[in-house]
Amino acid sequence: MSEQLLRVEDLSVHFALPTGFLGGHRPLKAVDGVSFTLAAGETLGIVGESGCGKSTLGRAILRLIEPTAGRVVWQGQPLGALAADALRGLRRDLQIVFQDPLAALDPRMTIGEIIAEPLVTHEPALGRAAIRARVEAIMAETGLLPQLINRYPHEFSGGQCQRVGIARAMILQPKLIVCDEPVSALDVSIQAQIVNLLMRLQASHGLAMLFISHDLAVVRHVSHRILVLYLGRLMELAECHDLLAAPRHPYTQALISAVPIPDPARERRKRRIVLTGELPSPLDPPSGCVFRTRCPHARPICAEQIPRIEPVRFGHSIACHRWQELPATPPAALA
Amino acid sequence: MPPLLAVQGLGIRFATPDGEVVAADQVDLTLAAGESLGIVGESGSGKTQLVLAMLGLLAKNGRATGSVRFQGEEILNLPAAALNRVRGVKIAMIFQDPMTSLNPYLKIRRQMTEVLVAHRGLDEPAARARCIALLEQVGIPDAARRIELYPHEFSGGMRQRVMIAIALLCQPDLLIADEPTTALDVTVQAQILDLLARLRAELGMALLLITHDLGVIAGACERVAVMYGGRIVEEAPIDALFAAPAHPYSRGLLGSMPRLDLAQPGELAAIPGQPPNLQALPAGCVYRPRCTFAFERCRSERPDLRAMLPDRRKACHLEHLP
Repeated sequence: MSEQLLRVEDLSVHFALPTGFLGGHRPLKAVDGVSFTLAAGETLGIVGESGCGKSTLGRAILRLIEPTAGRVVWQGQPLGALAADALRGLRRDLQIVFQDPLAALDPRMTIGEIIAEPLVTHEPALGRAAIRARVEAIMAETGLLPQLINRYPHEFSGGQCQRVGIARAMILQPKLIVCDEPVSALDVSIQAQIVNLLMRLQASHGLAMLFISHDLAVVRHVSHRILVLYLGRLMELAECHDLLAAPRHPYTQALISAVPIPDPARERRKRRIVLTGELPSPLDPPSGCVFRTRCPHARPICAEQIPRIEPVRFGHSIACHRWQELPATPPAALA
Repeated sequence: MPPLLAVQGLGIRFATPDGEVVAADQVDLTLAAGESLGIVGESGSGKTQLVLAMLGLLAKNGRATGSVRFQGEEILNLPAAALNRVRGVKIAMIFQDPMTSLNPYLKIRRQMTEVLVAHRGLDEPAARARCIALLEQVGIPDAARRIELYPHEFSGGMRQRVMIAIALLCQPDLLIADEPTTALDVTVQAQILDLLARLRAELGMALLLITHDLGVIAGACERVAVMYGGRIVEEAPIDALFAAPAHPYSRGLLGSMPRLDLAQPGELAAIPGQPPNLQALPAGCVYRPRCTFAFERCRSERPDLRAMLPDRRKACHLEHLP
């Protein structure tokens, strides 16, 4: 994990929502000032609850959504400065896998056509036989029988459709895949198959992954580092082990303690940090620290100033006014 | 004394243009008063159809056979009028999506008081006072004002609290919760699970919790039944099931779950293959095509759900898992 592939600097995505009156608009800060880096072959998990901006962040990095501010630097090149055709060339290195596997596939194309499409776009000189060989090779690698090549998506189960989506993303041999809730729509037993497949592909191809999910247990399993988002802002970013063994942000601590553990003795023993209230509307986020309305440790300063992102130590950063005063207790959930 | 709920040989079949779909087959279950039982299974395992059949809520093309006795009385396939003396009164149910279970056109007050007016003969002011007290009990602040709001004015977690309050209106002996927290964020899920546990302790009602999440069951239930392909494949006290699953599918399900509390180097112990096609279930054991321990007998002979210990049952030809 040496070479830095991706650097995201102070990235913001703000949407202007029409208020319906005289063409007025209200800003919705879906992502606000998020920074991180990603090395080749590394997986960064991006975790947060609904509306925290995790999907928007993934799409803004691929420029499927135009960022409002900040930079995305890919192998030393700022993506924002690139002209459309230069960006298209880079796209082959940057692929995405979506949440709803069936909705992400064109129902009128065969599986073979769907998987071949990126190849046809990016390598137009390739002959039919060469394309077919590449498609069959990636199908085999993603666990799809090559004789299914002429079938249509509706003939496939959710897990198989997700394999098709992964094969399509992998056929150009990208350097980075953004996985946007890739297993959330799948049953537990199928989810494990897809998680294993993604990790196998990563190891054999040296892929970098941004793994976006609301499921902290899945994120823990696949990620080297984890970034915790809340209402569009970075709360905490750390190595997977550090984040789980010694979370410093009150939100991370609550999130970890809320995840049900499939172990009855542990579930009975653990003390949950139950957050009061619910997620505020992203249209009307709290002043200062966005988490303060649900934070058990909030003080007046938290309403007044946006906390800066500070290093806890190398590779572990946090956005909290009070992290130094708060005890760094290991989460009761995992004790 | 008979158990609170006794399901025997329950079968559920749907007639479809493509043939018959077997959603559940030979399901046996019992639940004692005050007990909490979790039913876990993946999509298509029949867990939801099972409770819909008990309450006479199957789709029109569905047919239920067998027996469901509640407090000693047969309730399966009762006419609606007779069933309405039980469902919503002694057995209440909450669903996954509170938004689609509430009527968007009616204020919360209308949806709550009508239950007490119809079932308990209360007048509107008395019903309203009782409803406000219940909303407060389920953790809705400022209930006297919020009872006059419409469902869309509540958040997802608050709507589920409203649903729970409605379910509790007639002080049921059994609460059936079908994926009650699946649509909620994990921090809100924790609130709702705590609420259910507190209410159960306060009111002494039995809980039948249906979920795909073994983690939720681990915290909320005393006993668990695992369903696969419309059948119960294992039933056990929760500690026993999690410590030593006896059916290959239960073990596979536990192995498929990434754990937040454990580092799991290497691959998850995923179950190979696909869930069964309910229109063409295999002969013998339904789990056989995905089972790594299957042998010849599994192909031809369906395993019965048999007792291993007084409180444990499994449907598997193997004596012990290797």
